[in-house]
Amino acid sequence: MSLRTGAPPNYARRRIIDRIMRALTVVATATAVVPLVLILGYVLVVGGSGLSVSFFTETYQAPLMGDFTDPTLVDPAVGAPEGGANPDDPYADLDLGALTGATPAEPTDGHGSIDLSQVSSGGGVLHGIVGTLLVTLVGLLLALPVGLLAGVFLAEYDNNWLATATRFCTDVLSGAPSIVIGVVAYILIVQQTRTFSGLAGSIAIALLMVPTITRTTEEILRLVPQTVREAAMGLGAPTWYTTFTVVIPTALTGIVTGVLLAFARGAGETAPLILTVLGNNTLSVNMLAPIAALPLLAYRYTESPFPTEIQLAWSTSFVLVVLVLFINIALRLATRSRLRGR
Amino acid sequence: MATTSERPVALGNAWTRWFRHGDGLFAAIVALFSVLVVGLVFAVGVVTYLGSAEARAQFGAGFFTGIDWNPIETSIQAVTFGAWPAVRGTLLTSLIAVTLAAPVGIGIGIYLSELCPRSIRQPLSFMVELLAAIPSVIYGLWGVLVLLPFFTDVLANPIADSLGTIIPALAQPVGTGRGIIATGMILALMILPTISAITRDVLAVVPNTQREVMLALGATRWEVIWGAVLPYSRAGIVGGIMLGLGRALGETMAAVMIVGNTARISDSWFQPATTAASQIASELTNATSPLHESALIYLALTLFAITLTLNLAARILVAQLSRGAASSRF
Repeated sequence: MSLRTGAPPNYARRRIIDRIMRALTVVATATAVVPLVLILGYVLVVGGSGLSVSFFTETYQAPLMGDFTDPTLVDPAVGAPEGGANPDDPYADLDLGALTGATPAEPTDGHGSIDLSQVSSGGGVLHGIVGTLLVTLVGLLLALPVGLLAGVFLAEYDNNWLATATRFCTDVLSGAPSIVIGVVAYILIVQQTRTFSGLAGSIAIALLMVPTITRTTEEILRLVPQTVREAAMGLGAPTWYTTFTVVIPTALTGIVTGVLLAFARGAGETAPLILTVLGNNTLSVNMLAPIAALPLLAYRYTESPFPTEIQLAWSTSFVLVVLVLFINIALRLATRSRLRGR
Repeated sequence: MATTSERPVALGNAWTRWFRHGDGLFAAIVALFSVLVVGLVFAVGVVTYLGSAEARAQFGAGFFTGIDWNPIETSIQAVTFGAWPAVRGTLLTSLIAVTLAAPVGIGIGIYLSELCPRSIRQPLSFMVELLAAIPSVIYGLWGVLVLLPFFTDVLANPIADSLGTIIPALAQPVGTGRGIIATGMILALMILPTISAITRDVLAVVPNTQREVMLALGATRWEVIWGAVLPYSRAGIVGGIMLGLGRALGETMAAVMIVGNTARISDSWFQPATTAASQIASELTNATSPLHESALIYLALTLFAITLTLNLAARILVAQLSRGAASSRF
């Protein structure tokens, strides 16, 4: 019997299985990429199309106060047009124009209802932008010292029980549902002060930012070569002096991007804000009172029956997504250049 | 993993070493902030535990099996809080999410770590991780305005009309599509990056000798992955799935916007339901009584306890494998 030189007898079947399974992994990857492209595409295209100057400079405007498309349809002096009024409508004689300052729209189906797609409203989300910036920045200020110094501890004083416990607790905190953090802030602040407030939101956001900042700081500080520390210590610097004048400045870019990442995540958090910040339709900078926030606006406008408010929801999402994308890509570039530079 | 920090050679006595140069103070301060981080976790547990005292005293463990959630007293029903609708909704949505996301996520992990051309590995990884960075309210918005209409027309109604006549869980009425299945689909999308990133990371630490031995035996690429790589990293992948499950259980915004917020048990999974997180989010700010508030906080405590346990178990599994090298980011 001669030596077999060809493929084993079952090779054809095995090769088909190999092809199929490898193709399936490609399909799986596409399954993730397609929704991502769809979500980003919708938000960027639909949301981007609704951007205007007034979107950034105006606050909430009640939809019914806007101009209707064709104000000549109803003349209050003459009354409702022929066949338009419902004889059972108890409010048929009500002069909406006098009440709201606007001209009522043409009843479209003879039942006195208003075609919602005809309702236009201007208005923007300035209050949300201001509120989100305030709440998130104050949260960042609260989280920064805790996260940074705990990160320094993890990087510089490794291998002890406290470091292990801290690492585990950052994992638990970042894995805990954000709604639970919101509940804690609600109990501790909203219930005690008997008012919803921007500050309560900041504290909830801070709790969510701490683990991110701690772990990024630790990872970035670990990338600083040990020789750099040794050089400083060789000159007689104590550990704290080395850390603050050599290690942290070396890693500063990374730390800043990590902090920005925490900021982006904090700015997009919604669930804890429902329980703490509550929302506000007017421009407010009072951190001890309910305040508006972009994700809250996106949430509330999504449920709106008015197409113009749904458009506002898309545009608000656009602002949030651009913030997140920008910071993530910046982090990506910063990490890459640092890794290549060494 | 970087090095263990080496302290300077000790000169003088312990007092000099620790305090004269300010190092002791420095160590104490940074350790204090570490203790603070640990304290935060305890605070979350203690606050929710104390806040739920009233509900725990009144309902005990029967809270989770009670099927009636009536915050407002009516002529036919007394005020009572049973969490089963929320527990059921949370479990079903999360299980659907994990069932959908686990195979896909593992597939992505395999592709990114084993099969993908080097040039597109980085951009693809980044795109998958971007899914995790998108705020959850945007998933909700997209789910409500884009996915739900598509889901109702193309998936839900045809399925309910065909399979639904046999399986009660898939039966009509579909209605607006808001319900357990739609929520499970959105949650699946949201936990994909967790599962795929951890799978990728644990596959990356499988030693190359494992692969080389299989290849030397004449195995195909898939046989190498199936026979040598996946078994080696099984524990880590299971850990990743558990972390994904933890995320799905606690996810609030997508659930509150899509699940329908109805504390009722319907046969059909297409029908509106509720989850623990969405019930807290939609009711806590307008709680009608201290007991209502307390019951919602009880739900929060349960969520926290479950995610803490899942995290602990998952981290032990992942750490066993990668020895703390990879995947510490999630």
